[in-house]
Amino acid sequence: MAENETPLWEVFIRPRNGLSHKHCGSIHAADEVMAVQAARDVYTRRGEGQSIWVVRSADIIASDPKDKDELFEPTAEKIYRHPSFYKIPDEVGHM
Amino acid sequence: MGDALFCYVLRLADDHLILGHRLSEWCGHAPMLEEDLALPNIALDLIGQARALYTHAGVIEGRGRDEDQLAYLRREDEYRNLLLLELENGDFARTMLRLYLFAAFMELFWERMLASKDETLAAIAAKAIKETRYHVRHSAEWVIRLGDGTPQSARRLQAALEELKPYCAELFHSDAIDREVASAGAGVDPAALRQDWEAEIAAVFRESLLEEKGIGDGHQTGGRLGRHTEAMGFLLAELQYMQRTYPGMQW
Repeated sequence: MAENETPLWEVFIRPRNGLSHKHCGSIHAADEVMAVQAARDVYTRRGEGQSIWVVRSADIIASDPKDKDELFEPTAEKIYRHPSFYKIPDEVGHM
Repeated sequence: MGDALFCYVLRLADDHLILGHRLSEWCGHAPMLEEDLALPNIALDLIGQARALYTHAGVIEGRGRDEDQLAYLRREDEYRNLLLLELENGDFARTMLRLYLFAAFMELFWERMLASKDETLAAIAAKAIKETRYHVRHSAEWVIRLGDGTPQSARRLQAALEELKPYCAELFHSDAIDREVASAGAGVDPAALRQDWEAEIAAVFRESLLEEKGIGDGHQTGGRLGRHTEAMGFLLAELQYMQRTYPGMQW
């Protein structure tokens, strides 16, 4: 089927109550109703899901890979943002 | 009652095995990956339902035949499925339309079967109704989109309807077997479902812009009595091949 008749959709599945929807892949479908069905048929065949979200891939705004130096590089040296400098009292045990 | 119930359950099992087999033929051939999974998913639902029904039929019969013997080791004239279900798949439109016509019927059927006095049939209905509701939903959405889609999809769907229409009346075939099982409270008389089915079909056909006059007035029958179309022998040749070639084979 022609790409323009069945655009691409991103699929998000929530495996259990209390967890968040997680991106698991993409499918082609003519519209939102068929997209949910296709997502069900392709990604929940082994009991993976309790809930499905689909969103048109074209509606996702993504960061530009070219910007990765300015977006992500500056955090590399800010190790103090990791919560790894606290002394944990012995009584707490493993965290 | 035992003989009638055996035959009644066997007819139902054959319907599900044969349509399940037809849908499985799409595996690896569907027009898009999504349907290449959806159609075998539905085929597996139907074959699962057939397994439960064959096992139950074997118990009712009481001659020690199991699901495999009933599914694979009968002659063509011993199969009692609807002719509609054994016809070749044809194109995607015909496949989807046939699935819709049958699934819409089975949804009504299983809903009533939930109240069966035969506890096994009631339990099979409880499992099958959920699967069948999805089959209806999936096939109906496709029928609507094909009918109200491109000129080509609309033409193909209308052609499929003309081809399948003569076989639809057999869904409501009702004979002494159906009436005996229904009056004992163990089963559903298919004839009683016709009005509801036609109303359900009409609603989807309106949305799909299909011309549907006289859908229940077909003249092709015989499957319930073991008289099949030309397609059936070829279907069974493939379906039975492994068990005929390697009797008792398991894997």
